[in-house]
Amino acid sequence: MKTYDIVIVGGGPAGLAAAVAAKEAGNDSILILERDHELGGILNQCIHNGFGLHTFKEELTGPEYAYRFIKQVLDLGIEYKLNTMVMDIAADKTVTAMNREDGMFQIPAKAVILAMGCRERPRGALNIPGYRPAGIFSAGTAQRLVNIEGYMPGREVVILGSGDIGLIMARRMTLEGAKVKVVAELLPYSGGLKRNIVQCLDDYGIPLKLSHTVVDIEGKEHVTAVTIAEVGPDRKPIPGTEERYTCDTLLLSCGLIPENELSRSAGVQMSPITSGPVVNESLETNIPGVFACGNVLHVHDLVDYVSEEAKRAGQNAVKYINDGCKNAEASDVIELVATEGARYTVPSTINKSRMDDLLTVRFRVGDVYKNSFVSVYFDDERVMHNEKRILAPGEMEQIILQKKKLDEYPNLKKITVKIEKE
Amino acid sequence: METRELTCIGCPMGCLLTVTLDNGEVTEVKGNTCAKGDIYARKEVVNPTRIVTSTVKITSGDKERVSVKTANDIPKNKIFEVMKDIDAAEVKAPVKIGDVLVKNVAGTGVDVIATRNVEAV
Repeated sequence: MKTYDIVIVGGGPAGLAAAVAAKEAGNDSILILERDHELGGILNQCIHNGFGLHTFKEELTGPEYAYRFIKQVLDLGIEYKLNTMVMDIAADKTVTAMNREDGMFQIPAKAVILAMGCRERPRGALNIPGYRPAGIFSAGTAQRLVNIEGYMPGREVVILGSGDIGLIMARRMTLEGAKVKVVAELLPYSGGLKRNIVQCLDDYGIPLKLSHTVVDIEGKEHVTAVTIAEVGPDRKPIPGTEERYTCDTLLLSCGLIPENELSRSAGVQMSPITSGPVVNESLETNIPGVFACGNVLHVHDLVDYVSEEAKRAGQNAVKYINDGCKNAEASDVIELVATEGARYTVPSTINKSRMDDLLTVRFRVGDVYKNSFVSVYFDDERVMHNEKRILAPGEMEQIILQKKKLDEYPNLKKITVKIEKE
Repeated sequence: METRELTCIGCPMGCLLTVTLDNGEVTEVKGNTCAKGDIYARKEVVNPTRIVTSTVKITSGDKERVSVKTANDIPKNKIFEVMKDIDAAEVKAPVKIGDVLVKNVAGTGVDVIATRNVEAV
């Protein structure tokens, strides 16, 4: 079997951008493995617009955004295999995969880039009482049925969860003639973008009920009705607040989970908060030469940031190979800590000798904060204090660290990111 | 005098805007915390427009549907008329990104264009 320098697992936005960047950084031995029958990943079914404002300075639909990168992959002659499932990644970076043409095969790689994306949280993980009839879909499944296959999953719809895919599907189903009766959100705020709440719900008079959840699903063969109720601060339903909606479809938009089965079995260290790998400044995991980017690393809200992150992973994989596949030095490591409102940071550590002049650190907050500050401490000294009118869990935040600033602190051990009132 | 309430989409703040109109002309925007809110409110109240995205049935191609969008934004109150024309359309593969699939959709003067390639089989 042929060998490759870099094997990229996943041909969605992260895998495509990583491949293009690695090729442009001078590596000619790259293979993308994609389990679907085409490149582009989930963007192919995201037919709505609003992608690419940062990357291309124009508003594209998902398929158009994907094609910008697919075209580069084709033009650069980067190799890829479709309909190919990766079965295993070994700690020595041997990738085992299979498809109908090649059967089972193994590729010894010098570097592996994890770009598997994420999955939707399914009903089984949500503890919703009631029957288990047909007619319950994750929002993304419904999106695939409507946009790719051309089927309508139902005519009268209730949606649980106000993530962006749920909001987008509320509009999409409405445009195709369905009646979306209500969107229920367990939390007191929506995790979706404001623009989606206005243009997908308000535009069509679809009510959004915050602090509400589904307490019953009726129907033995097919969904016939869904009951929602208000929840208290403990997120438990309040008796007497139940409202019953007759419907034939329940869509679930209750969060995304990075898809890391392969990473785990390879021995990649995982973060319990992001459910993605723990990475250093090079987006490299604890296994030298295994990099991660995109939604498999942490769930993003904008694909532009996925592309940018993946580009760094691709460049760093080439750098790792060009430097002779050396392990990162254990000394000289600065730890990044998220606390007091900041939930996590990507990366988690910085190896200063390998750091670029500027390093983007991305993080999320755990609650809605108004008129607060994003503060950065170098050990105990506050070095950054950026005022923010609003911080919300649904919007990824970032800080940019300068290498020359870090050089002023030669004994720096810990960088802390926190949210402060003043 | 008439007032309308809307939510600004400029950022996650989601300011609740109150717009005062006199004979269809905006006389005052209140509730915004920055200039984005003012600009958004004036456009949204007088001439709300949207890009419509959907799919069109395609035959003899390697896919069942081809995704489409209106090449420019169309008046918000025309969305369902536009959807009716899009749903009635049927095209034949091959189709390339940017190909016009429905001309002058619902009399808006705007074309509906393909947003992905579909190869003929």
